[in-house]
Amino acid sequence: MTHLTAFNLSIDFPLYHSESRSLKKALLGKMSARFGVDKKSRPTVQALRDISFSLKEGDRLGLVGSNGAGKTTLLRTLSGIYQPTMGSLSMEGKLVSLLDPGQGMNMELSGRENIHLRGYFLGLSKSQIRYLEQDVEEFAELGQFLDIPVRNYSSGMVVRLAFAMATAFPPEILLMDEWLLAGDAAFMTKAKARVEGMVRHADILILASHSASTLAEWTNRLIWLDNGQIRADGKPMDVFEAYLPRHDFEELLRGQQMANL
Amino acid sequence: MAELAPPDSTLRTLKTPTRFALSADRGWGQRFGLAFVDLREGASLYRLIWALAFSEIKLRYRGSAIGPFWLTISTGIQIGAMAFLYADLFHTVIKSYLPYLAISLILWNYLSSLVVEGCTCFISADALIKGTRMPLMVHAVRTVLRNTIILAHNIIVVIVVLVVFQVKQSLFSLAAIPGFALWLIDGVFLSLLLGAICARFRDIPQIIAALMQVAFFLTPIIWQISALNGHPAAQHLIEMNPFNFILSVVRNPILGLPLTSTDIFGALGVSAAIVIISLVGFARFRGRIAFWV
Repeated sequence: MTHLTAFNLSIDFPLYHSESRSLKKALLGKMSARFGVDKKSRPTVQALRDISFSLKEGDRLGLVGSNGAGKTTLLRTLSGIYQPTMGSLSMEGKLVSLLDPGQGMNMELSGRENIHLRGYFLGLSKSQIRYLEQDVEEFAELGQFLDIPVRNYSSGMVVRLAFAMATAFPPEILLMDEWLLAGDAAFMTKAKARVEGMVRHADILILASHSASTLAEWTNRLIWLDNGQIRADGKPMDVFEAYLPRHDFEELLRGQQMANL
Repeated sequence: MAELAPPDSTLRTLKTPTRFALSADRGWGQRFGLAFVDLREGASLYRLIWALAFSEIKLRYRGSAIGPFWLTISTGIQIGAMAFLYADLFHTVIKSYLPYLAISLILWNYLSSLVVEGCTCFISADALIKGTRMPLMVHAVRTVLRNTIILAHNIIVVIVVLVVFQVKQSLFSLAAIPGFALWLIDGVFLSLLLGAICARFRDIPQIIAALMQVAFFLTPIIWQISALNGHPAAQHLIEMNPFNFILSVVRNPILGLPLTSTDIFGALGVSAAIVIISLVGFARFRGRIAFWV
């Protein structure tokens, strides 16, 4: 049974300036404390505060919020990259996260070599790696570029390769950041078709995006993050009504009605 | 658009664990538990580690005609140049000195790069660490493996020297194998510890590199331990040098030099200390490394 539960998740991000990070500063800091100068506590950013939610099969959660609200940090935490400062996280299901396009790729290696590395990382068998290679080759349409270093790709080509690699095997829990929605129109259509297919297969989807229409279309629950806290949590249109400026919300509403007709 | 449809769900064979739970720090029990999970999952990714280490070597020499064999050539030149000078300075015969210097130096370069590059094993993998959940052990093992591949290229120099200078090999030479296994274990664990500390304090790699320079002169590599005869104080210091024990357990069998029980127990003791301290340190810092890199 696929599920994902976050309970009181909090993340404090340590801030290490170039100076405070050095050993000298740490040693001298101890020294000066001994001399009675008031000891500065370590500066941190409260990236996430008391995030709790629970998702079960069929849930498609959207994340909205201004830049720096904690969307990416939350996705990284849910991927298991950051250990929470407080709270806990539990899930069941195969998880794939699409956090940033260059993720896990070695820019010096060719696209094909990166596909193989990905296959090893996923623990695939030889035939599965062949399948992955074939699937990516067809989908990303990089042609001869697949055999030259990724460093020579245009940014759109990197997105195509990364997207194709990440979506070749449909996961049970899919985490996506908004970069996916940057690409040329032809690829976008293709990517959307594939994501829609994946969304139907993925039991749980979590999507962070600034595009209200995408979120309204793909999600059935929306969380509004503000300064690392949950400001609102509910049905997409209800949350958008509070989150979006009046004018934008009315436009979204009109768009929805058009689509329903 | 049929080919755009996602592959059918029978292909959901990703080996990633389907159950995953992570909570805030709950003390040492949880820390050790998570550290052991990291080691176990890292070990299961051996194909990835192998491919990563090989690709790094390949990249370094991409476009070069003889590729990684430049390593072999530069080691050969370094040893040739040093041997004749120092044999003269130390008043020793080149026939016994050159094999000693060649093997000591090659092994030392390996040990030294295990320590120095172990420091940057997490810093240099920051994109991977922040991009996906991957056992951190992968980065430690890959650093050790990369340096071992470089050592393997230098084996040619060792063989040429052993043959040309007719260093007798016997069954005793095989004692170098368990010694080398000990080095691999030490290398991985030390990388886990140093990699974490150096990710937090960016000055440490430079300090370690400087200390390794000092260790190079304090360890019998370019000079032989017999040079200390008549200097009891210095001899005492050398007997306390952990690098001396570690180096002896691999070098002495290859050169047919005696291996004392002090060397063996010294090397085992040093390795046990490295493994225990590194395990505790890694368990303590593991959860913070993603924030530090």
